[in-house]
Amino acid sequence: MTIRVLNPTSEALVDTMKPAPRLTSLAGKTVGLISNGKEGTAGFFAHVDRLLRDRYQVAKVVLRTKSNYSAPAEDEIIDEARNWDLAISGLGD
Amino acid sequence: MNSVVNAMPDAFKSQYFDLEDVGDAQEFYHSRGWTDGFPIVPPTPQAVQACLDWVLMPANEIIGIEPVRERAITAEKLAINAVMAGCLPAHFPVVVAAMMAMLKEEFLLHGTTASTGGCAILVILNGSIRKEIGSRSDFNVLGSSDRATSVIGRAIRLALINILQVSPGAIDRSTLGHPGKISYCIAEDEEGSDWPSLAESRDIPKDASAVTVLAACAPRQIMNEWTSKPEEILDTYAAEMRANMRNYSIWSGNYAVVMAPQHREHMRAAGWGRKEIANYLFEKARVRRSEWSTVGKGSVIRDKGDTEYCALPSPDHLLLIAAGGPAGGFGAIIPPWLGTKSRAVTAAIGACIDCEPPSQSK
Repeated sequence: MTIRVLNPTSEALVDTMKPAPRLTSLAGKTVGLISNGKEGTAGFFAHVDRLLRDRYQVAKVVLRTKSNYSAPAEDEIIDEARNWDLAISGLGD
Repeated sequence: MNSVVNAMPDAFKSQYFDLEDVGDAQEFYHSRGWTDGFPIVPPTPQAVQACLDWVLMPANEIIGIEPVRERAITAEKLAINAVMAGCLPAHFPVVVAAMMAMLKEEFLLHGTTASTGGCAILVILNGSIRKEIGSRSDFNVLGSSDRATSVIGRAIRLALINILQVSPGAIDRSTLGHPGKISYCIAEDEEGSDWPSLAESRDIPKDASAVTVLAACAPRQIMNEWTSKPEEILDTYAAEMRANMRNYSIWSGNYAVVMAPQHREHMRAAGWGRKEIANYLFEKARVRRSEWSTVGKGSVIRDKGDTEYCALPSPDHLLLIAAGGPAGGFGAIIPPWLGTKSRAVTAAIGACIDCEPPSQSK
């Protein structure tokens, strides 16, 4: 005799998001950095900023910081990100 | 192990599996990461349907939507996890109400469950349902005090793991976590207290049953058996709150305080109720940022050394809970996960604006 049991997981998860097209070069591009605002982010993103400009010839680096590091980025940041060629989201833990 | 995978033909949307026996089911669920490591009750369609019948919900009813990742939680999935945790149908209304409360935006469920901070969801029960489900509020109240609170707390954890992918290393990024993440549910000792219940103090009608959910750190136990003065007793609680502010997080938020009967009796004798206790702790549980220098955090004081921080944004942020065994001058503070980033939510059980009993065929 068998027992019938049910799947407890959400199951319905489907990959509805496609990654943005990959860039072939960062030279001359605008890169946005979204910081979670924690203590360690200042030094980390300053370093990333330098690397992007010096090593990859990025034209412009924009740093934006979330007001609540445990919550999603504000709509204004997401809207602004549409104008960037690349966005990097990072933690300061 | 022979398993047959199919979609349920009837009301349920979930995949189902035909397994050999209960032992087979244990390994089947463990091997897929669907448990907390303990044995589960196999969620058969009959057991799941019994939970849904108890709350008069169709399987596809949306309990709520996790607002950050926009994940819907159906009654069916929540009931499956409740059964796995060991819930009886009578426990399920509490699980439903707790999940609804957790999905309120101000609770910030995703942040609380994803954080390295490692908090658990503390569920506090009030009202007549405590007695109906056989929960206890006395001995070992913060441990495995009774079946009902153990399985309700576990149901919340399993639902997070399975429905919202809050398993360790996936969404759950806790550095340490704490034992409350197995099950963290207590019932208030309303009969043993002169106070209005916690739920009543948070605007739930006296006759309603309710849950309060708090994104909570582990309990920090205190002891003071050497005074009957409310001020001196509460000084011990306040000291523990200040210690948490220095050592863990300085931010103010919803602190829970669990007070056992011995301390409550001293409060009662002195005419101190919820209001007096909350006001006293509001005044006493404060630290200055400069105190960080005493615990190795001097590097982040900067020019704010004189800034004063209060554990409670206001006295009504205190969640004072009457609970604990009859003997001993013990109590506990349960700190919030991270200040007011997540706020405690209280919800009445069974309150629903569109719940009608299903039509009965005679």
